Amino acid sequence: MTNNIKKKDQSMLKKISSNQLFIPIIALLLLAVINLINDPSFFKITAGYNNAGNPVLSGYLITILDYGSELVILAIGMTLVTAASGGQDISVGATIAIAGSAMLRVLCGGNSRPDTIQAPIIVAFLVACVVGMLCGAFNGMLVAIFKIQPMIATLILFTAGRSIAAWINNNELPIVPDPKFSYFGSFIPGIPIPTTVFIAAICLIVIALVLKFTNLGLYTQAVGINEKSSRLNGINPTLIKFLAFVILGLCVAVAALIKVSRLSTINYSVIAKDIEMDAILAVALGGNALSGGKFNIWASVLGAYVIQFLTTTLYKFNVQSDALAAYKAVVVIILVVFSAPKVREYMANLRKSITRKKEIA
Amino acid sequence: MREKKTLGGRLNDSNLLLLITVVIFFVMYIGAVVIQGGGFTKPQMFFNILNANAALIITACGMSIVMISGGIDISVGGVVALVSMCCAVYLDYHDGSIFGSILIAIGIGLAYGLVQGFLVAYLDIQPFIVSLAGMFFARGMTTIVNTAPFNVADEEFTALKLTRINVPLMGTVNKKGIYVPAYVEIGVIVALIIVILLFVVLRWTRLGRSFYAVGGNSQSALMMGINVRRTKFISHLICSTLAGIGGYVYFLHVGSGAASHAMGMEMNAIASSIIGGTMLTGGVGNIIGTLFGVLSLSTIQNIVASAGLDDAWWTGITIAAMLCIFLIIQSVVMAQKRKAVRK
Repeated sequence: MTNNIKKKDQSMLKKISSNQLFIPIIALLLLAVINLINDPSFFKITAGYNNAGNPVLSGYLITILDYGSELVILAIGMTLVTAASGGQDISVGATIAIAGSAMLRVLCGGNSRPDTIQAPIIVAFLVACVVGMLCGAFNGMLVAIFKIQPMIATLILFTAGRSIAAWINNNELPIVPDPKFSYFGSFIPGIPIPTTVFIAAICLIVIALVLKFTNLGLYTQAVGINEKSSRLNGINPTLIKFLAFVILGLCVAVAALIKVSRLSTINYSVIAKDIEMDAILAVALGGNALSGGKFNIWASVLGAYVIQFLTTTLYKFNVQSDALAAYKAVVVIILVVFSAPKVREYMANLRKSITRKKEIA
Repeated sequence: MREKKTLGGRLNDSNLLLLITVVIFFVMYIGAVVIQGGGFTKPQMFFNILNANAALIITACGMSIVMISGGIDISVGGVVALVSMCCAVYLDYHDGSIFGSILIAIGIGLAYGLVQGFLVAYLDIQPFIVSLAGMFFARGMTTIVNTAPFNVADEEFTALKLTRINVPLMGTVNKKGIYVPAYVEIGVIVALIIVILLFVVLRWTRLGRSFYAVGGNSQSALMMGINVRRTKFISHLICSTLAGIGGYVYFLHVGSGAASHAMGMEMNAIASSIIGGTMLTGGVGNIIGTLFGVLSLSTIQNIVASAGLDDAWWTGITIAAMLCIFLIIQSVVMAQKRKAVRK
């Protein structure tokens, strides 16, 4: 009888630990505990007023939600691309520069210091969306039609992206004069929660609806698992892969809006630097196979927040921004090693042999 | 069955892609000589390309081996930066010797290879993720070792840095009528030795052939009795060690340590390998092709620079355009071949 309960317990444990959300949640808890021990005030959220006199919430948790938004939005697209093509898009950072540059070009109309904005913000955003989707379509074309490996196909835009971004604005750094434009990256007057959180939430709701009411998710998984058999089942793998990259392009445009809006200007070589690495890590941390196939968007989103949590924690520990990468790398390696199937198998065997020994004893 | 002795039949994948690269390189270089003239007519221009890219040749060779065996290593740029920073600090702040600094360089490379190779080959973690973390780690460590960039003042080292090896019969007579010998730096000699060594290893040794077998199809390589894990491990070991050596050659060329050194070198190394005919899917590639890949890449950079398109963005755009063209050529050629096989 007791044995039965034990077995049930074990299978429960197994079920939980084999869940895709297990690793990111454990990582999140671990980070939370570390911060709690180090400094309990990490979790304090205070209401105050910012420079413009608007009510805002501030605190480390708000910072994480705020600055994690771009990463979350990118993680959505990156998950789809990873699942469909079995590779990753390493050009997202450079494409953010292109989309952001195009947005500024429309807003400032080629003049680097305009007095008023030359076009409505919505038009600029739509242009950025088109540019982002075009970049996505270019990558998608290389991957889906010419059958080039995604990482290498996107290497092209990765190398050229920041140069193209600089070329769009003649290497000038235009400044958007309208304070309304900066609302997207900070706060709308009267609402104390960062706008980026809402933007991320809207993106998540849209993708949730798309996955619920269309076959996109199912088809993407089918193509990722076996391209040939999905073609024999009447799915067009070329179209699905292409679509995944275009959706990522759209996500990139939204992320570019946030990034550019934070500063109201752009720095071609620094904007969204290394964000592609963070986005890929978010997907990997969420337990999605980087070789394609089954995916879970929510796990990736959680992974993105974990990475932002980690970054903020490291800043809290007074780590230099340049040295940040080294600590991140160590954490990533530990996480990846523990989530590797090989290691998990070994651990499971170890656990089994221990319990068996106990039984014999 | 009778074998068809057509051009496509005689050339295997490796050779066909290599041929395309070599022809394009010569066409480009001769085109530059004919159209632009000037610097390109002098042999020293060619040697300068070699001097500036010796480190890239070495790292790209390592990259090719990893890619042939079906993996990838994007940590090489970071390793190069870390090696040059560590050596610079060791030479200047700790009064180190040249020999010691070389040991440091190779040691860092070996350590990287051991860890990454173990994680990739024995724990089955994706090489991209492992080396991504490796790159982050190296870049971060470089700033932790020393934040500010600085030049090395060590006398022994400066002497070694300025050592020039004259190439016979290639000198030119300048306007004043003085004979100027053509020269290469020590790094170029190292790079050429490594290229020849790896060419021999890949072509005629058991280890070299097993790289191709594992990259082509690891399942059937396993069936043939090749130790797949060990082969993958060794490929990463070689790549990282070469990155360490490449780092030292890079350090010897620039003579300084900085966290921003070799930014994007991993991408240049991957691009050179691809232009040289290495397939990212594994199993296809050639070291000589990689050498020509590096040369083509740097020649086009030089052409862009000397054509007066000095704006920084043109280099990025042309390299990307070139990569794009080569990738599409590869893809089309492979598709054609597949069709031919099916018929």
